[in-house]
Amino acid sequence: MKITRQDVEYVTALAHLDLSEEEITRLQRELDSILTYVDQLNRLDTTTVAPMAQVLYQAPPDVALRADQEGKCLERPEVLAAAPDATDTFVKVPKVIER
Amino acid sequence: MDESRRSYPEIRTLLEQRQLSARELTEQHFRAIEQRNSELGAYLWLCRERAFAQADAVDRAVRARAPLPPLAGLPVAIKDVILTRGVKTTAGSRILEGYLPPYDATAVARLEQAGAIILGKTNCDEFAMGSSTENSGYFPCRNPHALDRVPGGSSGGSAAAVAANLAVAALGSDTGGSIRQPASFCGVVGLMGTYGRVSRYGLIAFASSLDHIGPFGRTVRDVAAVLGVIAGRDPNDSTSADVPVPDYLAELKKPVKGMKLGVPREYFGPGLDAEVKAKIEAGIRKFGELGCEVVEISLPHTEYAIACYYIVCTAEASSNLARYDGVRYGFRTPGADELDAMYRSTRGRGFGAEVKRRIMLGTYVLSAGYYEAYYRKAQKVRQLIYQDFVKAFQRVDALVTPTSPTPAFRLGEKTADPLQMYLADIYTVTGDLAGVPGISVPCGKSKQGLPIGIQLMGRHFDEARLLRLAHAFEAAGGFEL
Repeated sequence: MKITRQDVEYVTALAHLDLSEEEITRLQRELDSILTYVDQLNRLDTTTVAPMAQVLYQAPPDVALRADQEGKCLERPEVLAAAPDATDTFVKVPKVIER
Repeated sequence: MDESRRSYPEIRTLLEQRQLSARELTEQHFRAIEQRNSELGAYLWLCRERAFAQADAVDRAVRARAPLPPLAGLPVAIKDVILTRGVKTTAGSRILEGYLPPYDATAVARLEQAGAIILGKTNCDEFAMGSSTENSGYFPCRNPHALDRVPGGSSGGSAAAVAANLAVAALGSDTGGSIRQPASFCGVVGLMGTYGRVSRYGLIAFASSLDHIGPFGRTVRDVAAVLGVIAGRDPNDSTSADVPVPDYLAELKKPVKGMKLGVPREYFGPGLDAEVKAKIEAGIRKFGELGCEVVEISLPHTEYAIACYYIVCTAEASSNLARYDGVRYGFRTPGADELDAMYRSTRGRGFGAEVKRRIMLGTYVLSAGYYEAYYRKAQKVRQLIYQDFVKAFQRVDALVTPTSPTPAFRLGEKTADPLQMYLADIYTVTGDLAGVPGISVPCGKSKQGLPIGIQLMGRHFDEARLLRLAHAFEAAGGFEL
């Protein structure tokens, strides 16, 4: 096995995912099979290959920069309307720190 | 000809000659949707008010003899991963159930400015993760050509809507094949532009270095017309390219004779269905008859593409989907008395199985100790796949391949084994990894009557050539091979 149950539990904590016992068992099996499959990449010698994060087109380096001017932003009431719990000015969440 | 299969130029003529109003056209579409959607599951949500307001605006312009914008009265469907202001947008996920976005995606805004009528939001695999639309958090979508078959995915609802005449055109998104593969399964045209060709502002992010928005249509011309409207630089998307947008409709009229097409031998290996292979070979002969020179070439790293793709896309997804935490939008598990517990239970309950699988895989390959072995390795292999394409395009003008190794499979056929489902994208993920444009057009049907698609891929920002080739192929009867 490339991945242990402890690994799966550790990753659920990193990913902030509550999973059932059954899901953890299934994911261990599925992730193991996918990781075994992707191991084929190690057949390729890539020591001198530069990693590619995304495909870039030919453009000046500042192409993504705009003038430093204030623009229009979304209206607060419209944005807060989408939150599961909110006041007029804030989203509300359960307790973050002990009093 | 079947009236409901009209293409946009016919609709345009009827509108201009006042033989049909935009309101009537919109009503016809909503009636068809009412009749067919319960069995097809193509649409998740409809936006009648918005559609009729736009239709009435088009009709007023017609009556006033005002100049009509380029897509006036075009009924379109929008994949549910693309934001529509005030119209439900859920990415096919329960975690965004009921979400009403406060703004429109740029592609949506541009379509409406061009006069298109947005009918509703189409079904898809949750967060565009899947190849069959069976991972929808609401209900599966079915293939209009065979209801026991999938429409492909993840943009299955958009492809099915266009195929079943429930829209004339549609927007989808493509991260690993999610426009081209369902286009192939449903017998319609689907185009993914170059990475950066179409703004992703307002596209719910899955894997940012791979995500594209692109059009579906029943004809190459309709796809070219929609692409011309949605393409081009957008200050709201820093990855949208500042590259001029050609007049794609004018480009269609140019000849294809003398173009050099490459057939990559790696796309014809084991796993390719015999009937699909025969149709693609007939399609390639058709391009030969059209005066194109066809040569065999090699893209040697093709066999590594699926492994590379599933590391890159899951890594990026695990990061992008961190934002669904029950705080700012969508679903929140009630009753949690502490913030961290609320995050964990909201995400555990709100996401479906495939999304959790990908978040877990992506988190794992980015975690301390594994980053170099998996993520960095995949980025290097991506470079090799990209270089394959760069070298190929020094020799040829475009590539011709199957879009998918098989015609549409049955619902449930591949759900038990995630790897089998991933392999359905084997001929399409390469284009996303290399950032090149691709189009799938119909190329006949199997003996069982299932559509088969042929894929063309081209140089960066050379969509015009793909559209020209596809249009010539369509005009020469290639769709009915």
